[in-house]
Amino acid sequence: MNTFYFLTLNGLTMAALLFIMASGLTLAFGLMRVVNLAHGAFYLLGGYVGVQVIDKTGSLALGILTGGGIALVGGLLMERFLLQRVRGLDLSEALLTIAVGLVIADALLVVYGGKPVSLPLPRELRAPVDLGVMMYPFFRVLIMAFAVMLGIALWLVMTYTRIGAAIRAGVDDRETAMAQGINVSRLFGGVFAVASFLAGVAGVIGTSYMSLNQGLDVRVLMLSLVVIIIGGMGSLKGAAIGALITGMVSSFATGYLPQFALFFLFLPMTLILVFRPQGLYGRAA
Amino acid sequence: MTETMIRVECLEAHYGLGQALHDLDMHVGKECVAVMGRNGVGKTTLARVLMGLDPPQATGSVELLGQSVLGWPPYRIARLGVGYVPQGRRLFPSLSVDEHLQLNSRKGPTGEHWSTSRVFELFPSLGRRRKAYGDQISGGERSMLAIGRALVTNPGCLILDEPTEGLAPAVVEDVALSLKELSREGVAVLLIEQNVRAATLAADRAYFMSEGRIVHETVDGESMSDEATLGRYLGVSV
Repeated sequence: MNTFYFLTLNGLTMAALLFIMASGLTLAFGLMRVVNLAHGAFYLLGGYVGVQVIDKTGSLALGILTGGGIALVGGLLMERFLLQRVRGLDLSEALLTIAVGLVIADALLVVYGGKPVSLPLPRELRAPVDLGVMMYPFFRVLIMAFAVMLGIALWLVMTYTRIGAAIRAGVDDRETAMAQGINVSRLFGGVFAVASFLAGVAGVIGTSYMSLNQGLDVRVLMLSLVVIIIGGMGSLKGAAIGALITGMVSSFATGYLPQFALFFLFLPMTLILVFRPQGLYGRAA
Repeated sequence: MTETMIRVECLEAHYGLGQALHDLDMHVGKECVAVMGRNGVGKTTLARVLMGLDPPQATGSVELLGQSVLGWPPYRIARLGVGYVPQGRRLFPSLSVDEHLQLNSRKGPTGEHWSTSRVFELFPSLGRRRKAYGDQISGGERSMLAIGRALVTNPGCLILDEPTEGLAPAVVEDVALSLKELSREGVAVLLIEQNVRAATLAADRAYFMSEGRIVHETVDGESMSDEATLGRYLGVSV
C-alpha cells in the first residue's frame, strides 16, 4: 500500500511540474500556433543558473527568481529578435525554436559540464512531513501547492481580466481579434515571456525531483507537449488535466512496468490524437 | 456629407497570381453606402483590404478617416476608429456577450456615445443573453452582437460584410434601419450586401461590383432597387 501512496504522490509532484511547464506554453501555442521547442532548454537554463545562485548565496528564493528571470530574458530576446522575423512561416518558426534550444543546451554543457546537478535544499525543506498516509518530502508538497496556486491565479486572470479575455479571443480566432483592435502580436510576446519565466522556475524547483543533466531538456519538453496534446492547445483546464494524466501514468508506469513506461506515456496521447485530435478541452479549428 | 471618411483610389489587389480587385475607386462620407454584387466578385476582398487583413498584395491608395492605411496591421486600423463586422460574424466562442462588448469598449472618433448599455437598448434581445457565450446565441443575436461590438469602439466608420446574411426578414429590417440611423449620427457606413431589401432600406446610394471592378454607381436620385439595374448587375429580379 505504501508503494501505491508513494507513486501517487510522485505522480502528483510530476503533474505539478508539468503543469508549471505547460500552462504558459499552451496559451502561447494557442495564440500564435507556434510551439516553442526551446521550452525544455529554458527549463534547463533556469535550473542550472538557479542552482548556482542558491549554491553561492544560500537563498532559495533568490535562486528561483534568478532561474525564472534568466529564462524570461531568454524568451523575450528570442521572441523579439528571432521569432518576429519569421512570423507566419510555420516551418521556419518551429526550426528556429529547435535551433535556439540546441544552442542553449550545448552552451549549458560547456559552462556547467555534464555532471548531474541536484538542488541544495536546506534541511527543513528536505525533511519529510507526515501526510497522514505516509511521510513525504516537504519541498515536493510545496511544489504541488505552488502549482495549484499558479493554476488558480492563471484561471482568475483568464476569466476576470481584460487581458485574459483578449487572450481567449486571440486563441479562438486570431485574425478577428486583430481586426477588433487587439494587438495579438504584443499579447503573444507577453504570454511567451511569462511561459519562459515559468519554465525557468520549474527548472529550479524541479531539480529537487529530477537532477539536472544533459538530455533532460528534451525529456521535459516531450512530456510538456504530451500534456498540451492531451489537454488541447490554448486550454488552461486542459493543461491541468493533461498534466495529471501524464504525471500519474509516468509515475505508475515507471514504478510497476518500467520497461513499458514510454509506451504507457504515449498511449493516452495517441488515443487522443486518433479520437479527439483537438485534445480534451481544445476547440476544433 | 461633404467630409470623405473612406477614400479608395486605383486600388488593385492580388491573391498570388490572380487579380481580385481592378482599379477600384470609391468614396464614402458621413452616409451609408452599399456595395452590391454577386458571390465572388471581390466584395469580401475589398473589406479585408480595407481592414489590413491577410493582405493580398494591394496597391493604390486607401484612406480611412484621413489616414493612409495601406500596409497597416489590422489592430492599428481598428484602433484608428474603424469598426468591422466580418462575414459570418466571427464571434469568439470563449467569450460571453458581455465580454465581447467590454473587450471592445473604448473612446473612439465619435466619443463615448456608444456604451454597452446603449447597445442593449438598440438590441434588447441581446441584453437578455448577456452571460451566454458567442456560440450559444441565435443567428439574429449573433449578427446584433457582431454589430454591437463594432459600435462600442465608437467608430468613425463602419465596414460591414453581409451582416444580414441568414437573418429573418423582420430582423433584416431592424438591422438595416439601425445602420441608416447610425449614418445619420455621423458614422460613415460601408455596407456590403447581397440582400437588396437591406441595402435599399439602409443605404443612400450604392456601388455595384462585378469581377473585381466597380461597374456601376447610382447617381443622385437613382433608385438602387431599379429593376433594370438589379437585373443587369446582380442577375436578380424583384
